[in-house]
Amino acid sequence: MEITKEKLLGFYKTMVTIRKFEEKACELFAAGKLPGFVHLYIGEEAVATGVCANLTDKDFITSTHRGHGHLIAKGGKLDLMMAELFGKATGYCKGKGGSMHIADVDLGILGANGIVGAGQPIATGAAFACKYKKSDAVAVCFHGDGASNRGTFHESLNMAAIFKLPVVFVCENNMYGISISQKYHMNVSDISDRAAAYGIPGVTVDGNDVVAVYEAAAEAIQRARKGDGPSLIECKTWRQKGHFEGDPQSYKKPEEQAEWLQKDPIPRLEKKLLELKYATKADLDKIQGETAQKIEAAVKFAQNSPDPSPEDVLTDVLAG
Amino acid sequence: MKMTYAEAMRDGLRVEMKRDPNVYLAGEDVGPFGGCFGQVAGLYQEFGPGRIVDTPISETAIVGHAVGAAAAGLRPVVEIMFMDFMGVCMDEILNQAAKMRYMFGGKAKLPMVIRTPCGGGLGAAAQHSQCLEALFTHIPGIKVVMPAEPADAKGLMAAAIRDDNPVIYVEHKMLLGVQGEVPEGEFVVPIGQAAVKRPGSDVTIVAWSGMVPKAAAAAETLAGEEISAEVIDLRTLTPLDKDCILKSVGKTGRLVIVHEANLTGGFGGEIAAIVADEGFDLLNAPIKRVTAPDTPVPFATVLEKAYLPSEEKIVRAVKELF
Ligand SMILES: Cc1ncc(C[n+]2csc(CCOP(=O)(O)OP(=O)(O)O)c2C)c(N)n1
Repeated sequence: MEITKEKLLGFYKTMVTIRKFEEKACELFAAGKLPGFVHLYIGEEAVATGVCANLTDKDFITSTHRGHGHLIAKGGKLDLMMAELFGKATGYCKGKGGSMHIADVDLGILGANGIVGAGQPIATGAAFACKYKKSDAVAVCFHGDGASNRGTFHESLNMAAIFKLPVVFVCENNMYGISISQKYHMNVSDISDRAAAYGIPGVTVDGNDVVAVYEAAAEAIQRARKGDGPSLIECKTWRQKGHFEGDPQSYKKPEEQAEWLQKDPIPRLEKKLLELKYATKADLDKIQGETAQKIEAAVKFAQNSPDPSPEDVLTDVLAG
Repeated sequence: MKMTYAEAMRDGLRVEMKRDPNVYLAGEDVGPFGGCFGQVAGLYQEFGPGRIVDTPISETAIVGHAVGAAAAGLRPVVEIMFMDFMGVCMDEILNQAAKMRYMFGGKAKLPMVIRTPCGGGLGAAAQHSQCLEALFTHIPGIKVVMPAEPADAKGLMAAAIRDDNPVIYVEHKMLLGVQGEVPEGEFVVPIGQAAVKRPGSDVTIVAWSGMVPKAAAAAETLAGEEISAEVIDLRTLTPLDKDCILKSVGKTGRLVIVHEANLTGGFGGEIAAIVADEGFDLLNAPIKRVTAPDTPVPFATVLEKAYLPSEEKIVRAVKELF
């Protein structure tokens, strides 16, 4: 598959946007400006970016408690996301959802989710709707290594398999579920092996290599669009930060952390862009600078937005 | 001895684990991590991985395994990290744990505890802030305890562990850091007994869990306005100490029920029904409920504040009765 210069630079912009959005969220949370929990995706940007680069607005995704990256990669608007983190009336969920529940149904984003493993059946259902309506749209379910131990994972893969649904399960194996290492929480080392139990393809890719993720996702998504059913893609990656902001992550070995920091997907892509002469250092700096400005604008939008009014507690419970 | 609510709960668990080798704790991140809010910190170092058991993210298997382990002779204490996640293992609670003894004609004993934190106040929004006790009080075959202060957190933990029935032990997130005097060593608070937190003569305020300190604060404010409020901390919802409530209403003639859970179908309705049924003559005014509205828990600080019952809302409700 040809990866053009434009494509690669596009990946870079998306990954840098996710990184900078999250670095800002980290800073704002530490300053006490964001309520609730914030779970950062820093280090895992190549997964959302590589997968969503194959999707259009008609396709669906389900996300997780660590959802900012998926949302940005799927086209989520930075100002509306930031306003939601602040709990403002202008936010994606009018301040009702917060970081863990951001959604944009028009863009096919069926929500970040506070319940681990809850996205798997929802993505299965969205894929069912795609097939039912005979559209060529697909659904992608992002979930963690920890989430693949929930019953929802097994039930969803099985149902999607027998119904041949256009859904791709993307397991972001960042090696930990809160404090619990994958080595402890399951007996298989490649989660993609679990696909065999449902008679669907399963592959493992380097989740810090955006091109590898893009290519594996392209194949699975094409397969789904053609009507050949679901697949499982495991992307091995690393959560650089704690599980939530404020987690000192004493359960991680420092050597392990140091080793993975060397494999950070963003410098790695920079190196590739420079080697291929698709960009100069100055080009990359320019992208970084422009992205930082966009994030600042989003923060400004959020900070200048009104709080919801207390009576809004009562709205949006039921439709109609 | 001064301890926080979380420390007291943990001490109750510790003492029971030392007393009875069949008691163990299992749940997500309960090992070296010490629990999501540090509630069980140190127990892993003390008891080791055989008795403080980290599980995969598998709530169905966590609660389901406890049913099996209890039926087979152990006394499991399992943690569901947030009360909201009880929905994930509802069959295991509703159809297995709660029904086994009855269906087996009394030929099974299920000494198991499900510990879980409830409540809003952290901006954790709709899937991490709920108070779902009413769902569980509707199910015969399980007990529901909801301590509001450190000593009860310890004593009810011991009682829950020693009980031969499934007990849901609900800890409130906003109470975990609250300090209080707690007895050392073995200490049991019987399940099914309410406590009069503050005596009074003009109105009874019944509350539980996170609402008890708010009810107490409201009573304090009311005292300044010559209204003497008696505050009852239910401590246990099932079985319910209705005598304590009726006795108090007999004295005061007025009743305000305060809970953090939504209004409709809430446990407050049950208490009101009992008092209307068995204590109608005692009442000099209608029964009032102060609760959250019938909406999910919102995220934004202003919205969450508007959602949660507050001291002011309790004071207002009480004054409407005079
Ligand atoms: C059903 C359920 N159980 C437990 C939790 C608490 N929790 C939130 S995130 C998390 C770990 C998830 O691990 P993983 O799926 O690997 O995703 P990661 O956080 O590594 O991205 C846990 C246990 C939850 N939110 N929902």
